[in-house]
Amino acid sequence: MSELTSLPLFGIALTLAIFALAQTLYRRTGSVWLNPVLVTILAIIAFLLAAGIPYRNYARGGDLLTFLLGPAVVALAVPLYQRRRDLWRRKAAIFCGILTGSLASIVSACGIAWLLGGSRDVIISVAPKSVTAPIAIGIAERIGGIPALTAPVVVMTGCLGAVCGAEFCKLIGIRTHLASGLAVGTAAHGIGTARMLEIDRLAGTVAGLAIGLNGLATTFLLPLLMMLAGM
Amino acid sequence: MIRGFAVLLSFQLLGELAVRGFDWPIPGNVLGMALLLVALMVGVVKLEWVTEAAELVLTHMALLFVPVGVGVMLYFDLLAREWLPIVAATVLSTFVVIAATGHVTQWLAKETHKEEGDDE
Repeated sequence: MSELTSLPLFGIALTLAIFALAQTLYRRTGSVWLNPVLVTILAIIAFLLAAGIPYRNYARGGDLLTFLLGPAVVALAVPLYQRRRDLWRRKAAIFCGILTGSLASIVSACGIAWLLGGSRDVIISVAPKSVTAPIAIGIAERIGGIPALTAPVVVMTGCLGAVCGAEFCKLIGIRTHLASGLAVGTAAHGIGTARMLEIDRLAGTVAGLAIGLNGLATTFLLPLLMMLAGM
Repeated sequence: MIRGFAVLLSFQLLGELAVRGFDWPIPGNVLGMALLLVALMVGVVKLEWVTEAAELVLTHMALLFVPVGVGVMLYFDLLAREWLPIVAATVLSTFVVIAATGHVTQWLAKETHKEEGDDE
């Protein structure tokens, strides 16, 4: 059995099969809580734990899917190019929105963790939570956080933004695709972007733009804010 | 399709190369996205070379995040130790960011609208 599960085939087959089921479930029920990505992640974790299959066996196949995230991020240049005139006209709104989001993310994440008695390690490690994983981990290392803590926090943030980001936008009166896409992309990086791409192409495109720009903004803002806070 | 993937992967490689070479704090694929955008604008890469491949990966991007998410199971112990500040900061801050970014963007975009007087 462990021979079979250590083949790359296992991780890929399991992921695709469960994702296909989750998509059907999502379409049939239409419930936002049954977001296919979240359902698939939870189902696979439960299955691996129940069957006693180590994560590294699953990852042999899983890593091949993760690999495709690279070209997927590069591919975001295509819708950006197609909408370039539209986006350029709104450049001020886009840049200010992302900058506000980056600041709000650092201050609120650190502030809440601090208020609830989090240790210094936790406070610093949650700071880059809204930044795309590869940048967030780099930031955590540089500012003395724990990358192993930052990684799952980033993923949880992404899932949350994907599951209820669009609905939350509607609830609080953010109506344009430009604003909702930018908001969910800034808050929930790639996972949020993937969801916005399903809802609307423009929303997904600006979300993709926000991944890169928020990553840059946080890279520079965070060390600056830490200096000001005397940490 | 093959040409599209060749272009996407080449630009990712270019991005990785530049990031490593200059020791920049951004991931290679994000820089690759910026470089591809520039290449499309100056016309080195034709849009029709990449649309099909880009469409395919963008449509299924959500699926590609599943293995990353499953990786959270490796950190259960670490998360359990200080779960309250971690979970509260993650959840609340996510909503704060969405609200702040969304409202600032919506408001400023509306202002630009008015100045230009377009009715899009």
